[in-house]
Amino acid sequence: MSWRLLKDKLIRQSFAAILILSLVVIAVILIGLGLKSIPLLRAEDLGTILTESVWSPLNGSFGFFPFIMGTVWVTFISLIIAVPLCILASTYLVEYADDALRKMVLPLVNVLAAIPPVLYGVWGVLFVVPFLSEYIAPIVGAETTGYTVFAGGIVLAVMIFPIMVSIMVEVLQTIPYELKAASLSLGATKWETIVKVILVKSRPGLVAAVVLGISRAFGETIAVLMVCGNIPQVPKSFFDAGYPLPALIANNFGEMMSIPLYDSALMFAALLLFTLIFGFNLISRIILNRLEGKA
Amino acid sequence: MSNVNKRLFKEKIAKVAMQVSGITITGSLFFIIGTILYKGIPYLSWDIISQVPKGGFYMGKEGGILNAILGSLYLATSSTILATLLGVPISVFLNVYVKSGSFLERSCKLLFDVLFGIPSIVYGAIAFSIMVWVGIRASLLGGIITITLLTIPIVVRTIDELLRTIPIDLKHVTFSLGATRWETAKICLKYIKPGVFTAILLAFGRAIGDVAGVLLTTGFSDNLPKYIDEPAATLPLAIFFQLSSPIPEVQGRAYASALVLTFIILVIVICTHLLASKQRKHKI
Repeated sequence: MSWRLLKDKLIRQSFAAILILSLVVIAVILIGLGLKSIPLLRAEDLGTILTESVWSPLNGSFGFFPFIMGTVWVTFISLIIAVPLCILASTYLVEYADDALRKMVLPLVNVLAAIPPVLYGVWGVLFVVPFLSEYIAPIVGAETTGYTVFAGGIVLAVMIFPIMVSIMVEVLQTIPYELKAASLSLGATKWETIVKVILVKSRPGLVAAVVLGISRAFGETIAVLMVCGNIPQVPKSFFDAGYPLPALIANNFGEMMSIPLYDSALMFAALLLFTLIFGFNLISRIILNRLEGKA
Repeated sequence: MSNVNKRLFKEKIAKVAMQVSGITITGSLFFIIGTILYKGIPYLSWDIISQVPKGGFYMGKEGGILNAILGSLYLATSSTILATLLGVPISVFLNVYVKSGSFLERSCKLLFDVLFGIPSIVYGAIAFSIMVWVGIRASLLGGIITITLLTIPIVVRTIDELLRTIPIDLKHVTFSLGATRWETAKICLKYIKPGVFTAILLAFGRAIGDVAGVLLTTGFSDNLPKYIDEPAATLPLAIFFQLSSPIPEVQGRAYASALVLTFIILVIVICTHLLASKQRKHKI
């Protein structure tokens, strides 16, 4: 008897230790990022770093503005493509599709989530980039190699489909049947019910899904790096090359050691990403948890 | 009447738009896999998967990517094992030991949900600076640690979702029979057993496909990985490097390598799917 209790106690303590260990690791990550960023923040103030657009580590100027804008552009383009498609598709799956279709499509969407980023990158290089430079750019009269923020946005859009669709479907399924029945019985068509009742009612959840999509797009490194040109400039149109923050970290980490403040600047980039994504995720998870609690 | 017709017409248009978006999203999957198959198959040969790079490999000469395939398998297997050993206890602790609905439980679960979304480049950057600080060079070990950190939240979250599906009665019954919490936990784990394998496979899939995390921490090597403290090649990184080469043969091998990775991922996905349907039928 006492052996069983002892065993239970030992296991409780070791499990708790593992949990605490993982929490400590997270704390170490955060503190480490903070400490490493301090030298840069000492040398220049935060406002200058974020708005300055000259990136020239050899001369000691670390302007993050082009990279922030690069990230903003690709994320923005991916959202323009992905948000309408995902809302329409998930509404269809929940409101129109029968069980068989749903059971076929949702696992396929999950397969999309399982494809590694580098394969998206390969697809981007093989298809999206040449497609843009040969077919789309001539239509609008732009000259481009195809390695543009537009290509990055398209690849990212496909990458954030799965997370947005799966969450939107879950959110839409929580809408009570009575609400739909009331609207339909008043003579509204199904589409009117969707626009005026279902989408309105599920707005917080949809916003949460989009925010999760944004944070996925922010952090995506390799696929975007492969297609978006990586020129440190502020993109002015869809057909300009850009240089998002994660790509900056990935491309320059090896060579940073010899140049003063360089490592601090890259760690600051990582800290920036971490903070933004942590915040976005936190907000949307809280919204989603609350919805789940209510349902 | 014309008003009604207009509304019904709108309904039709909307339905078509929805169907088109659905087809676009599902179609993109087949499109991506199709592109890789189409480009990769002509370059796929036995040499590529059975040999290591020989002299002049990156100039288009003989050799294969066995070093990268093995490196990736070693890396993903060890970090998945570690992540399971650490993640399952965390999940069990939060679901069985901690009082349900307590602040500790809710905040920890939220934290792991949030960590799930942190991109691997951030983990990679931190692990790299810690490795520089401690004085370890890029090695298989560094990669394993980074990828373990990346996959722990996946395991915790998936197991947590499974444990939540266990009927509360089951827990109550075991407790009322005088079982300790550990004995109850064992029964819960038995209940979700196929699901645990699903979680492990999910973690493995993520681990084998990650680039940003291993880029900085694992390095690259043309030799077969032998020691844990030496740099090792990984499949996604091999694809990335070969694709950026200007030589057509090397690019072709990148397509073939991409095909190999796609194949591994599809096998994982199919196994996951089979296990998931087994979980739905699974009874103790």
